[in-house]
Amino acid sequence: MSLADSDRELVVEELGRDPTPAEAALFENLWSEHCAYRSSRPLLSAFDSEGEQVVVGPGDDAAVVALPAHGDGDGDGNEDGSEESDQYITMGIESHNHPSYVDPFDGAATGVGGIVRDTLSMGAYPIALTDSLYFGEFDREHSRYLFEGVVEGISHYGNCIGVPTVGGSVDFHPDYEGNPLVNVACVGLLSADDLVTAVAQQPGNKLVLVGNGTGRDGLGGASFASEDLAEDAETEDRPAVQVGDPYTEKLLIEANEELVAENLLESARDLGAAGLGGASSEMVAKGRLGAHIELERVHQREPNMNALEILLAESQERMCYEVEPGNVDRVREIAEKYDLGCSVIGEVTEENYVCTFEGETVVDVDAYFLGEGAPMNDLETESPPEPETDLPDADLEAAFDAVVGSPSTASKRWVYRQYDHEVGVRTSVGPGDDAALIAIRESDTGLAISAGAAPNWTSADPENGAKAVALENATNLAAKGATPLAAVDCLNGGNPEKPEVYGGFSGIVDGLAEMCSTLSVPVVGGNVSLYNDSVSGPIPPTPTLAMVGTKAGYEAPPLEATPEGELLLVGQRDEFALGGSEYLAQFGGTDRFPALPDEPAAFVETLADIADADGTLAVHDVSHGGLAVALAEMVSSNAGLAVSLSTADPRGALFNEAAGRVLIQTTDSEAVREAFDGVAPVVSLGRGTDDGTLSIEFTDDTASTLAADADTIRELRSIIETELE
Amino acid sequence: MTVAIIRFGGSNCDRDAERALEHLDIDAEIVWHEDEDGLPAETSGILLPGGFSYGDYLRAGAMAAHSPIMDEVREAAADGVPVLGVCNGAQVGCESGLTEGAFTTNESARFQCEHVYLRVERDDTPWTAAYEDGEVIEVPIAHGEGRYEIDDDRLAELEDEGRVLFRYCDENGAVDDPSVNPNGSKHNVAGVLGETETVAVLMPHPERATLPDVGGVDGQGILEGFAR
Repeated sequence: MSLADSDRELVVEELGRDPTPAEAALFENLWSEHCAYRSSRPLLSAFDSEGEQVVVGPGDDAAVVALPAHGDGDGDGNEDGSEESDQYITMGIESHNHPSYVDPFDGAATGVGGIVRDTLSMGAYPIALTDSLYFGEFDREHSRYLFEGVVEGISHYGNCIGVPTVGGSVDFHPDYEGNPLVNVACVGLLSADDLVTAVAQQPGNKLVLVGNGTGRDGLGGASFASEDLAEDAETEDRPAVQVGDPYTEKLLIEANEELVAENLLESARDLGAAGLGGASSEMVAKGRLGAHIELERVHQREPNMNALEILLAESQERMCYEVEPGNVDRVREIAEKYDLGCSVIGEVTEENYVCTFEGETVVDVDAYFLGEGAPMNDLETESPPEPETDLPDADLEAAFDAVVGSPSTASKRWVYRQYDHEVGVRTSVGPGDDAALIAIRESDTGLAISAGAAPNWTSADPENGAKAVALENATNLAAKGATPLAAVDCLNGGNPEKPEVYGGFSGIVDGLAEMCSTLSVPVVGGNVSLYNDSVSGPIPPTPTLAMVGTKAGYEAPPLEATPEGELLLVGQRDEFALGGSEYLAQFGGTDRFPALPDEPAAFVETLADIADADGTLAVHDVSHGGLAVALAEMVSSNAGLAVSLSTADPRGALFNEAAGRVLIQTTDSEAVREAFDGVAPVVSLGRGTDDGTLSIEFTDDTASTLAADADTIRELRSIIETELE
Repeated sequence: MTVAIIRFGGSNCDRDAERALEHLDIDAEIVWHEDEDGLPAETSGILLPGGFSYGDYLRAGAMAAHSPIMDEVREAAADGVPVLGVCNGAQVGCESGLTEGAFTTNESARFQCEHVYLRVERDDTPWTAAYEDGEVIEVPIAHGEGRYEIDDDRLAELEDEGRVLFRYCDENGAVDDPSVNPNGSKHNVAGVLGETETVAVLMPHPERATLPDVGGVDGQGILEGFAR
């Protein structure tokens, strides 16, 4: 790939001359889809990113959001009763899709590294990671190879750097066969005083590069990420994948914390896509300034690198800092303490962005033009057709076994057991639940985190599917008693030059934006990954959302049922639609996507309240796999559920995946009914039992009954472990 | 009087240990392994924390065992200062000769993060005085290299000398079923004593089973060993 002719013309016009080879390469990378969002930015204005709590919105390395005050860290609330908290969190999300196809272990590992450094750039300390992973069908050998490699890469990197991986999602769908997705989100914590941004501050300040030496790895990664994967990508594109060094990343985390604590940083940016050229030019562009960089000053780990290689290599574990001249020696001392390389590579100026190499000027361009001058694409969209209703008639028991035992809905214990999810001693609720709950003792806040998408939903109906994804993540938080605070999104799509692909992509953007806005959840940042397309076709449009919510304290109702107490289903609609369900994925057929609830915001708010009510025994979101999977997940050898459904359509009732539903087990069903009065319908399904069995009967179809004990369910749900161990 | 928590490059449970000890009202301080001043003068105990010292790029714990501060740690241990190695700290303990045997790659060849049951093998050490002989406690593990390995004869001798401190077991304390042994450790060994009772290492993380707001508190008794 090289600079497109039309782009070259714009560059020549601006510069009044032909670009140098280094300039051409910089424009090619920074004006790529991956860096410049040329096909997606026109759509992204749909997102509402504002709110009182938003400190730094989209556009920096990570977003920054203020935590509501639940206290001052002594466990008994703020003494003066104030509402303010001086604690901020950062939120960021990143895709590492193409690299993870070519080299699953290193591709996924470096994805973790990148999003963690985006957290450091804001002056924060990383406290939690989530991973949302999407692969081709589980029974294919190639999918398993990628799945195992990606999980091992995340485990290797995330465990070593001591940041707990507390949640995420794993889905299998045939359309990821040629193009798996790895979407990693990171949450960091900082005090308000420690905030740093990527906006360069002052001409005369030094630019200091700290971290690993620069080598020839990852050359042209940004442009590699901006085209379809070729058939021979696994062998041909391997040099475009970086190799991670988590030990150095860990040292960088500690060094960064000391630099922030001593107030030595004026601005900061992680070296990611387009390497040093990207990070340094973006910092000064944001400050409407320039820079003079002497490339030979960069500490290198390979001999004879040329200017272009130094400028664009995507070697990992490097940060670019703007430092006042008087603080440079102290920065160097801290880097040395942690055995990190450190070089003063140049300074901030009021002129152009200029790079010299051994006395010769190799780049001399306006930083703002380089960063912001890429023209936007105006692409055609085509909406997907309305699906017809064509339903299979699977045997009920076989359908229950297939849906509950599907790798997409089954237990992901095999995955999260390989992730250290408890390091940091903040994990009050870990993976395997509706949402994780992290203890922020600094402000007595429980921070709930939910991340994921639903490929079946968004391939059936991009727009409504994406709305359902947003609502489901919010429901997950509310099920733990948390009120949604903010979200970041990772929007994955195929080749946008295909109208039907771009139409689907545009649908997920609109759907996600609308539901987040309805729920008053600002979308404070994100990432777009297009060209997830290969010889086997485009991926389903995939809007991974990572949403956080807060509550006072760190306690939350469990997901598992207890032997006592009435079981209520909240939010069930009268009419069942099976579009986007795991049932149709298993047995074929089509249907329209289920309608969304009328009052989603009130539903989420009420749920967050009732989850912590005295009578509440257990709460579980109903989503992937429908009621069948949700009920099965609540059953354990300690407690069963006896359920009765008044419907003549057992398959519709058990397997529809309408969003905005929740199961609540309670000793005070009247309180639940009162709370949801006028918000969502509440029906009683039955009671907890002490026999460890899920039994379901249908009052209007007495011939159909289902029963499965905890051991049977456990066996069905352990499909991934069983197959891979 | 302070417990020195030694931070090597790549340690990642140092802060957790500090928070857990603080919760137990035990004064603790993180000490950088290359700190010119070495161990604080008032060091009353030493904790080698979990993590990936030097990235575990050579052999888990092998590089850290050669850090100069480990000479001081060995001297202090010989003088009777309590020393506890946890996870990577246990690997450092074995590599530096504080304890015998080695912790090597899990039988599964994968990293495992989960809660396990431990049987307390004797209750007359500072680390186990809070428990009864044979008591079962629940403590998390998080490691890829935790399989205890040692020469059979030497293990028999250690067992005779009462130097096996914890074994992996089921919730009732039984050790026979191989599924209760998460990493394939020889004789289910999860933790051992050094030459004296004041030196111990274990793979499970007592600091993760100390704070009531993030799960169980069964590990408190182990850390309270520093206060005895």
